[in-house]
Amino acid sequence: MSDTENIKIRVRGLSKVFGSHPKRALELRDKGKKRAEILEKTGQTLGLSNISFDVKEGELLVIMGLSGSGKSTLIRCLNRLIEPTEGDIVIDDENIPKLSEKELLECRRRHFSMVFQHFALFPHRTVQANAEFGLEIRGFDKEERAKKAREALHQVGLEGWEDSMPSQLSGGMQQRVGLARALANDSTVLLMDEAFSALDPLIRKDMQQELLELQNRMKKTTIFITHDLDEALALADRIILLKDGEIVQIGTAEDILTHPADDYVARFTEGVDMSRILNARHAMRPVRAVALSDDGPRTVLRKLSENGLDSIYVTDRQRKLLGLLEADVADRAAREGKQSIEGLVGNDFPKVGPDEPLHNLFAMFGDKSFPIAVVDDDQRLLGVVVKGAVLAQLAEAGEH
Amino acid sequence: MAIDIPRIPLGDWIEAGLDYLTTEFSGVTRGISRFTQTGISALNDALMWLPEWALMAIIALLCWRLSGIRLAIGSVLGLLLIWNMGLWFPMIETLTLVVIATLVAVVIALPVGVFAALSDKFYSVIMPVLDFMQTMPAFVYLIPAIPFFGIGSVSAIFATVIFSMPPAIRFTTLGIRQVPTELVEAADAFGSTRGQKLLKVQLPLSLPTIMAGINQTIMLALSMVVIAAMIGADGLGNEVWKAIQRLRPGDGFEAGIAVVILAMLLDRLTQAFRKTKKTQ
Repeated sequence: MSDTENIKIRVRGLSKVFGSHPKRALELRDKGKKRAEILEKTGQTLGLSNISFDVKEGELLVIMGLSGSGKSTLIRCLNRLIEPTEGDIVIDDENIPKLSEKELLECRRRHFSMVFQHFALFPHRTVQANAEFGLEIRGFDKEERAKKAREALHQVGLEGWEDSMPSQLSGGMQQRVGLARALANDSTVLLMDEAFSALDPLIRKDMQQELLELQNRMKKTTIFITHDLDEALALADRIILLKDGEIVQIGTAEDILTHPADDYVARFTEGVDMSRILNARHAMRPVRAVALSDDGPRTVLRKLSENGLDSIYVTDRQRKLLGLLEADVADRAAREGKQSIEGLVGNDFPKVGPDEPLHNLFAMFGDKSFPIAVVDDDQRLLGVVVKGAVLAQLAEAGEH
Repeated sequence: MAIDIPRIPLGDWIEAGLDYLTTEFSGVTRGISRFTQTGISALNDALMWLPEWALMAIIALLCWRLSGIRLAIGSVLGLLLIWNMGLWFPMIETLTLVVIATLVAVVIALPVGVFAALSDKFYSVIMPVLDFMQTMPAFVYLIPAIPFFGIGSVSAIFATVIFSMPPAIRFTTLGIRQVPTELVEAADAFGSTRGQKLLKVQLPLSLPTIMAGINQTIMLALSMVVIAAMIGADGLGNEVWKAIQRLRPGDGFEAGIAVVILAMLLDRLTQAFRKTKKTQ
């Protein structure tokens, strides 16, 4: 991800107070009072407090928090199913809280499709008619909406079920209809409110996988709400962590796991199997010394002894990894008076890409305990992983 | 010792109000009266014009299509009994009154119920009014009906509409309010206008409940048009009324049984209609 990416939605200073005197609650908030105190003093519930974040074009942003953290309120403020009390939500230069009722309808039709926790399918409509709903509302003619709805149903793997009623489908299939209804509309942003939370675990994993595949194909800007950390980690490009209506941390899954902003985040992440989240890049160390392919055996021996190594990786001048040279092999070559290490380089060593999960690395440390070479797609040597570093990384992550 | 508190002349006020309405709006009430009378006569004539067997066949067919063969047979047996007792024409007159009163009640109740569902303010105003309409003894409506519309069927319809309308309003409101929030949110989230939300989501989903309300309205209308015989409405009620005046319990029960048969028929038919809607 680069900084030049387009920002799709900018949220600035968004707050929501539930109650009849929002001003008083916000005044107290500005004096630094917390949610519980405000509720006690004014009877107003501070649902969201001063939320600011960006949603980048095409990213899958997960908003995570426990129940009562304000995540459902937040997603509903975005399309004004709940009226925000203050703040700006700017999507393509339109400030949503300031839109008139008519402009709001237009904005919802063009920009937002929503998938609901309990599917919210219309029970009196067929699967096809459900998928057509958004287009029907927008006044598309019959043929066009039928075509788009069929395409959307096809995308979620529901061809052949067009004429069924929602009640005839299983939960997982019902949510596919919910997803198709949202996709058919071809809006610019997909809002998913705990979309998979009501599904049983296996179906849920499938749906997550499918969402990722869809996301790969379509690159649709998606805001996904969940209370489940594993789900957030599985799906997110970035995660926003909410607590008591405030943002605790924004970052990638790695950021949140490896650098939790506070104890709350850390407690959240307890119990996550770190070795599946962390990868070779995290445990990787820069290579202290490499032998170049045109080095002579004596040069190599000096590099070995200077760095206290008993083996060394050999690269060309472009850092492309050629192999591994062991100290005793280099020593013998030097005593035999060889001028080049050509032909002495061994190929029996472990090698991984930077995204290899740590838990796969354990098995690679053989009896000889060579460090594991980490190479990029062009076989250039990025660094090495030694056994101790893996354990240290896991221990460090576990402490949080 | 009783303290001498002046009596609040509530009754006088109401009478004055009603007098005012009768004199000032006589043109309107006469218009309504003529219009309603025309409707009653037309429907009555149409139903009377049909031979008994034809009407029986139509009703039996309707019962068979909507419910099943059992209701169809039951309806034919019931109607045959009414015919046999010589109460066919009074039954038709009662049926006409029920149908027209229900139609008027539903036409008023649906929009009122929808509005009460959508506006909390209107809801809090209309609910006590409905309580008043339902708990006020039914006979009381008959009294002002006479100065408004004169003795006869139109007054009967007026009183019946007021008495039978509340359940249709209540059930419509209830039905719409019972549509799950998530479905209403879904309609909103896709950018539905109020009208689209109502027509495509709220009304279709509350239809079974609304039909239950209409069923109640029909039942109440039937009981009221019988009572309305006291102000000169024709039909089975009139037969009962005559039996009371002549002290002939046999005649009274015969007419009463005809009312029961008609009630059961209307009830089962509307319920069957509701169920077919629900299973769709």
